[in-house]
Amino acid sequence: MTVKYKTIKEIKKMISQKEISHKEIIQDVYKLVKENSNLNAFISLNEEKSLKKAENFDNNPSDCSLAGIPIAQKDLFCTKGLRTTCGSKILDNFIPPYTATVIENLENAGCISIGKTNMDEFAMGSSNETSHFGNVHNPWGDNLVPGGSSGGSASAIAAGIVPAASGTDTGGSIRQPASLCGITGIKPTYGRVSRWGMIAFASSLDQAGPMARTAEDCALLLNEMCSHDIKDTTSLDNEIPNFEDNLNNSLKGKKIGVVKDLDLSSLDKDVIEVYENSLKEFVSMGAELVDVSLPNLALSVPTYYVVAPAECSSNLSRFDGVKFGRRSKNPKSLEELYVQTRSEGFGDEVKRRILIGSYVLSAGYYDAYYKKAQQVRRLIKQDFDEAFLSVNVIMTPTTRGPAFDIGSKGSDPIQMYLEDLFTISANLAGLPAMSLPNGNIDNKPIGLQIIGNFLDESSILNFGHMYQTKTNWHMFSPEGVIQ
Amino acid sequence: MIWETVIGLEIHAQLSTKSKLFSGGSTKFGAESNTHVDLVDMGLPGVLPVANKEAFYKAIKFGLATGAQINQISSFDRKNYFYPDLPKGYQITQMTKPIVEKGSIKVSTENGEKIINITRAHLEEDAGKSIHDLFEGETGVDLNRAGTPLLEIVSEPEISTAKEAVAYFKAIRQLVTFLDICDGNMAQGSMRCDVNVSIKKIDDKELGTRAELKNINSFKFIEKAINFEIERQIAVIESGESVVQETRLYDSDKNETRSMRSKEEANDYRYFPCPDLLPVVISDKELNEIKDNLPELPEEKQNRYISEIGLESSEAKIISSSKAMADMFEEASKKTDDAKMIAKWLVGDISALLNKENIEIDESKLSPENFGKLIKRISDNTISGKIAKSVLEEVWENGNDVDEIIKAKGLIQIQDESLLEQIAIQVLDSNPDQVAAYRSGKDKLLGFFVGQVMKETQGKANPKSVNVILKKILS
Repeated sequence: MTVKYKTIKEIKKMISQKEISHKEIIQDVYKLVKENSNLNAFISLNEEKSLKKAENFDNNPSDCSLAGIPIAQKDLFCTKGLRTTCGSKILDNFIPPYTATVIENLENAGCISIGKTNMDEFAMGSSNETSHFGNVHNPWGDNLVPGGSSGGSASAIAAGIVPAASGTDTGGSIRQPASLCGITGIKPTYGRVSRWGMIAFASSLDQAGPMARTAEDCALLLNEMCSHDIKDTTSLDNEIPNFEDNLNNSLKGKKIGVVKDLDLSSLDKDVIEVYENSLKEFVSMGAELVDVSLPNLALSVPTYYVVAPAECSSNLSRFDGVKFGRRSKNPKSLEELYVQTRSEGFGDEVKRRILIGSYVLSAGYYDAYYKKAQQVRRLIKQDFDEAFLSVNVIMTPTTRGPAFDIGSKGSDPIQMYLEDLFTISANLAGLPAMSLPNGNIDNKPIGLQIIGNFLDESSILNFGHMYQTKTNWHMFSPEGVIQ
Repeated sequence: MIWETVIGLEIHAQLSTKSKLFSGGSTKFGAESNTHVDLVDMGLPGVLPVANKEAFYKAIKFGLATGAQINQISSFDRKNYFYPDLPKGYQITQMTKPIVEKGSIKVSTENGEKIINITRAHLEEDAGKSIHDLFEGETGVDLNRAGTPLLEIVSEPEISTAKEAVAYFKAIRQLVTFLDICDGNMAQGSMRCDVNVSIKKIDDKELGTRAELKNINSFKFIEKAINFEIERQIAVIESGESVVQETRLYDSDKNETRSMRSKEEANDYRYFPCPDLLPVVISDKELNEIKDNLPELPEEKQNRYISEIGLESSEAKIISSSKAMADMFEEASKKTDDAKMIAKWLVGDISALLNKENIEIDESKLSPENFGKLIKRISDNTISGKIAKSVLEEVWENGNDVDEIIKAKGLIQIQDESLLEQIAIQVLDSNPDQVAAYRSGKDKLLGFFVGQVMKETQGKANPKSVNVILKKILS
């Protein structure tokens, strides 16, 4: 009996029918972790405590919604007593004294956090190549990147190690690796999930979300992850629906926005074909395609690469070697302490973004860059507001193509930044968006992005789940279609 | 050449909230290092600030009391710079939308009253403290103060002399203590100020290049630092050079200002809106509630003391000059119905004692209850004014209860008229020459006889009764 490739739903059923004990599940998960150690998906494991929790569930059965479900947590969430590195050398010795709200929510629902997943350093990257702890490999090919920054989480699910993982998405860090690893992931509406305890990259864009095999599982996770948190003033106080309620709604007459301004000409024929086939699938379920215009969409990448670095340049100032984390040895002066600690502790991509961010915020440049970017950001948001007057969801490819080779985009950061072309606008506008598998190209998965209106995760889950009742792309694994 | 001085002050007042501006950490002064520090104050990865509304209410009180505009939507920005006692590497402050703008305050100067305009008053968090002299070759960081709410009060450059700057600072200090938003304790750093000083030729329209004098925390040093700086700038210009824009540190030991950093070396603070905090909205209801509960301010008190209680205007002014003094007056007055006598004692004997020791009345051992009791014992003839002075001295020393002192020392006034008469006759009998002189017209000798009776009774007689008795016997 194994939980490999099983969904949350399936594991819950196995538990309720007593096919497997809680302890056996966790033991199996750690066996799978070890069998897949070549993926380098985990930075830290939490084996002893996890087994203890599982035994507790065996001894005292719980009716919590996710009791005993193994979950991998992105190493960006603070976990009390468990090392939290954010993929960076500068935090390689950091053991937080507190736990992030979203992790607490999941654990209160019964989830067992089995370990912390590898990621791009401070979530800055789209290939997991910027981690201090080494590349994560994509189970679909040892030389393929898993995407990033939540690459460890995506890889662990794609390899069937865990049914669920937490991720964070600042410009596509849940959706892009979900696409490249052939799994399902959601970036919720900004403010749905508390940011307390999430190590900040770009505060106005960061949002935690679920990663799993199916839309249905994402709904289960999202039910527990969302909360209004008084410790985060940007957390929303809106009612949180039961995200399972509308999964099976008919798509008849529902409207899908197709972005007419989107220039797909640079994409491979295969990618376009996969995308168009999915749209046809939705039409066959009764949905209608409606052209929508997002005239400022093309400005989203340059806008993002002003706003996000600006915020990160400030957010990362606290890593100075004074209070926590790594401190350089034997600095001769205060300035040397700062310079050496940060030079040694941060990787190139993080340094690049701190430099860009410091530049765009500096006196004399602020108006031309940061202020302008904020104005464009408002325009992008307005474009979406207008589009959602006539459609229920908007669909685009998640990525420009399937997983690429490790090292293939290393020398050109701009090429890497363009990876996020389709995903970034949802972060800038604060909207919920999902990626789910919708095809295979050269035996590599690829995803479809469904963007929803503000607070309307239910619609994207509905479209996603209905799609997964008609197709089996989410059942594809590197070892073939899961039976 | 006649030079004109232009001075502007940036006063930092620590707001007396229980918890910090963005966390639940305590703001109490004097605790062991790094014990009043929570996750947010430490700037740990992943923590988020939550704005403390209480600090806003206090800032609004200041705005209302200075007739300022209250921005019911205000927001926070980040000021980025590195320093070990700045845990996040940025300070959260209000740069673009401060809570208070465009107020003013009346200041008493040598040349009469002057209105000084206040550009803005904004909320920001205090930094921790770097401790350089405790560890050999190392610097300690104490984050207890980190995150304490500050109200930074920025004046227009309208102050003309060092004395005026001090008067302005005193007026602000008086106001914030009356409003009960800051304890005004300068020794503990609850109020500090940066001073911008420049000089210009009297006819010049443009302001001269200014120097900023950092972090001065006593009235004496403000005056000295400004005066030194004025002389320095005049000397620089008269020698044909020009003043450079820079930050200077005042060294009170040497009484001089020294350059800390020039404009070129100045930090670029890279201000931008703090993405962790939404703009803070103050409702009309909140604003009105604060308006309705605004305490009585010094000027209002002064007027009321004159018109309702009947104090002399000089007395009213002294008593309303500080919150501690006014509180003492009002509290003590509740214990007796002779508020005027309370005032006389406050302005007289008690002020003298305070001046002698250079303390504020709330730092003395005199409680309002005990003080009120003392005055009551005078007005109900339990003790004489003279005895009261000696009782006050003892209370001042040890804070003991007035009634207990009177009882323990047997100071109760002699009420028995026949006893007083007996003593008066004795006194007259033993001073026959003076009696003869009095009878031949030397009226002033009555005072001598009263004094002798008081001496005999060790001050326990009521001088008025003694007066009457003596006159009766002598007539």
